[in-house]
Amino acid sequence: YLFIHERHRTRERQRHRQREKQESETEAKVDGETASDSESRAEAAPLSASTDDTPEVLNRALSNLSSRWKNWWVRGILTLAMIAFFFIIIYLGPMVLMIIVMCVQIKCFHEIITIGYNVYHSYDLPWFRTLSWYFLLCVNYFFYGETVTDYFFTLVQREEPLRILSKYHRFISFTLYLIGFCMFVLSLVKKHYRLQFYMFGWTHVTLLIVVTQSHLVIHNLFEGMIWFIVPISCVICNDIMAYMFGFFFGRTPLIKLSPKKTWEGFIGGFFATVVFGLLLSYVMSGYRCFVCPVEYNNDTNSFTVDCEPSDLFRLQEYNIPEVIQSVIGLTTVWMYPFQIHSIALSTFASLIGPFGGFFASGFKRAFKIKDFANTIPGHGGIMDRFDCQYLMATFVNVYIASFIRGPNPSKLIQQFLTLRPDQQLHIFNTLRSHLADKGMLTVATEDE
Amino acid sequence: MLELRHRGGCPGPGAAGAPPPREGEAAGGDHETESTSDKETDIDDRYGDLDSRPDSDIPEIPPSSDRTPEILKKALSGLSSRWKNWWIRGILTLTMISLFFLIIYMGSFMLMLLVLGIQVKCFHEIITIGYRVYRSYDLPWFRTLSWYFLLCVNYFFYGETVADYFATFVQREEQLQFLIRYHRFISFALYLAGFCMFVLSLVKKHYRLQFYMFAWTHVTLLITVTQSHLVIQNLFEGMIWFLVPISSVICNDITAYLFGFFFGRTPLIKLSPKKTWEGFIGGFFSTVVFGFVAAYMLSKYQYFVCPVEYRSDVNSFVTECEPSELFQLQSYSLPPFLKAVLRRETVSLYPFQIHSIALSTFASLIGPFGGFFASGFKRAFKIKDFANTIPGHGGIMDRFDCQYLMATFVHVYITSFIRGPNPSKVLQQLLVLQPEQQLNIYKTLKTHLIEKGILQPTLKV
Repeated sequence: YLFIHERHRTRERQRHRQREKQESETEAKVDGETASDSESRAEAAPLSASTDDTPEVLNRALSNLSSRWKNWWVRGILTLAMIAFFFIIIYLGPMVLMIIVMCVQIKCFHEIITIGYNVYHSYDLPWFRTLSWYFLLCVNYFFYGETVTDYFFTLVQREEPLRILSKYHRFISFTLYLIGFCMFVLSLVKKHYRLQFYMFGWTHVTLLIVVTQSHLVIHNLFEGMIWFIVPISCVICNDIMAYMFGFFFGRTPLIKLSPKKTWEGFIGGFFATVVFGLLLSYVMSGYRCFVCPVEYNNDTNSFTVDCEPSDLFRLQEYNIPEVIQSVIGLTTVWMYPFQIHSIALSTFASLIGPFGGFFASGFKRAFKIKDFANTIPGHGGIMDRFDCQYLMATFVNVYIASFIRGPNPSKLIQQFLTLRPDQQLHIFNTLRSHLADKGMLTVATEDE
Repeated sequence: MLELRHRGGCPGPGAAGAPPPREGEAAGGDHETESTSDKETDIDDRYGDLDSRPDSDIPEIPPSSDRTPEILKKALSGLSSRWKNWWIRGILTLTMISLFFLIIYMGSFMLMLLVLGIQVKCFHEIITIGYRVYRSYDLPWFRTLSWYFLLCVNYFFYGETVADYFATFVQREEQLQFLIRYHRFISFALYLAGFCMFVLSLVKKHYRLQFYMFAWTHVTLLITVTQSHLVIQNLFEGMIWFLVPISSVICNDITAYLFGFFFGRTPLIKLSPKKTWEGFIGGFFSTVVFGFVAAYMLSKYQYFVCPVEYRSDVNSFVTECEPSELFQLQSYSLPPFLKAVLRRETVSLYPFQIHSIALSTFASLIGPFGGFFASGFKRAFKIKDFANTIPGHGGIMDRFDCQYLMATFVHVYITSFIRGPNPSKVLQQLLVLQPEQQLNIYKTLKTHLIEKGILQPTLKV
């Protein structure tokens, strides 16, 4: 009976807190629906967010205000702190960004695995923590090897040990993974088979989500920092705008899964994000440091972003369709082609990005947790901040590969040179007949 | 924590007409009166918290009916049940092996279809186990979604690999060109549609179950679909790369069993009490010998050794080529101690036979771990066999559990040690580039080939 009473009380407290949050006028509240709604139950201690991590400084400074305002201020200050931090890292350059992405990935992995431990009460399973981290290491090694080898090609060719590592990279990664797999099989303990298989499955699905996304983010980063910054900012902007529109005009609920989302917020956020994306890409396309692919310079042994901006980032004149001509009063407008692409990116961020958030909400509902962790005071864990970004990185990567650039010509030449002579001849002949069909081969070309 | 465990251990009282009482699970009654609003999560608690309970609490999933054909039953009705079982297993084994040979004879295309069929059946078996474990037959949309994801992932992989091999065929058709060019985007869009359907299908009382089935589907896809596509890629490399690994694994199974049967004494691993060290080591040596001999026999025939190519004029697969150095006899000088034993200076071997030793070693030493994994899985979910497709043997998965890692290993082995990048893929990517880039590359390649003397400079279009 006591237990029911306890549960009842915690639910009451949550409803109260949630009502407070609804009433407050937050400007910078990013994801309002980490607050549990009336249906989710706060379980006993292990699954709910435990201690309060708010730094003492903040606590003292805000001690005068009522708890409702204090919460609002904590969230607001932390949001601004995170955004400022984001700007600083961008300023520091690609290397630091890569490191930050890596750290965020590790923290997300840690959060999700900890939830798995809590759900299955499997702290004392033999080997399991070691194995999860080991698998994380393996998969990261594999992905970094695949990408780093491409970008650091000249550096890798110089150093003998690195060359061997890169030549047999897949084999080495597979061996490492196999060792982990065999350790798992050998660690199966009689009474805990099911739990161990669950944790194995949990680890793999987490790796699939977290590690692949973070590597796609780094791929995008190497394409040009603008391909990293614009998508992420669009998702953040959509969160904030959807909240604000929902706050001021919200009426019709959007989805049963997240009762606080509204159609007004969704649509308002969509339009606001598209406009924001257009403006942001206009501002950023002017600077080389954002627009150029990141390259590793052998001489200076660092990353450089210096190049001739591609067509995408050169102002072009576009004719405005009749409809808008009368409204704006201009016949043509000067835009970067990239801005057209940014419309596609913003649309995805507003329409499909929220599904990542719904997925995370459903996950939290399913496992009865309020937040993924308690890393960021007022916001929850790192995963809470990044749940809408899940699909964005993959989308940007697929978008770039499909619409912006094809395969890398220099990489193709490298691959070609490693083939056997008869294969090279076959490919050369096919290419020649293809070009001849297209009429690109003239006698002049052939005589060179 | 104590209360959580406690509550998880007892199913909700409102389990009217639900399966648990039938399975004998609702043993411990619930000693809490749940208020109405708490009932919402009853189903989640009942099934979802299955996980936190120790294994012994979970009831066994009843196996499905026996599918031994009537003919066999009548023919063997005379024997005692033990011999009957042995005969059924033996007959089915021989049937499967002859079916395998028949399909090899029919060619690469039939083999591809066979691999695809096996993949779909394995997927079906594992997903069905998931349904039974979570009793989630009535979850909305779920069967549709699982099959849809299978379709998406297969579409993605077939597009990536098969399109490379059919490059010449694809070049002719306009619509196929479009599909290839935007292949990744189309696959991603299809997957996204499935993802969004999943999110929209989340039903209040069944969140946890739905997430479990989602994860179960994805892990199954990861295992079965990737393996089957690696198998097909190995097949395109040359049928010998498909046949020798699979036969090595089968041979290891059979010889390890025979050695264990005749000489078995020391148990190998707690997970599978019937495996013994004698069987393991004996199986290892005989598999290496078998692989060696099989490689020798198969290396002679162009049919097995040549990469599979699709010829557009004939509109079929051909395996015709000049066998590479791997498949040409070479003289090796024997190390001194073997010289004394065999009394010969040199021996003629195919280089491929050396590789086959590596393949057989993997099949004997690491392959069994795939089997142990599957045994652990069956123990964990208290099932005797994956399904009852093959009488006497169980499901398709039971036959293929040791093959899990083999296909990946062979693929990694080929890419690391045998050949570099896939030439068809390089060609495919070349054809996708912009015409100006293609022209640049053409000029670069031409200079390179002329330098190396592969191309005669006087050759005109």
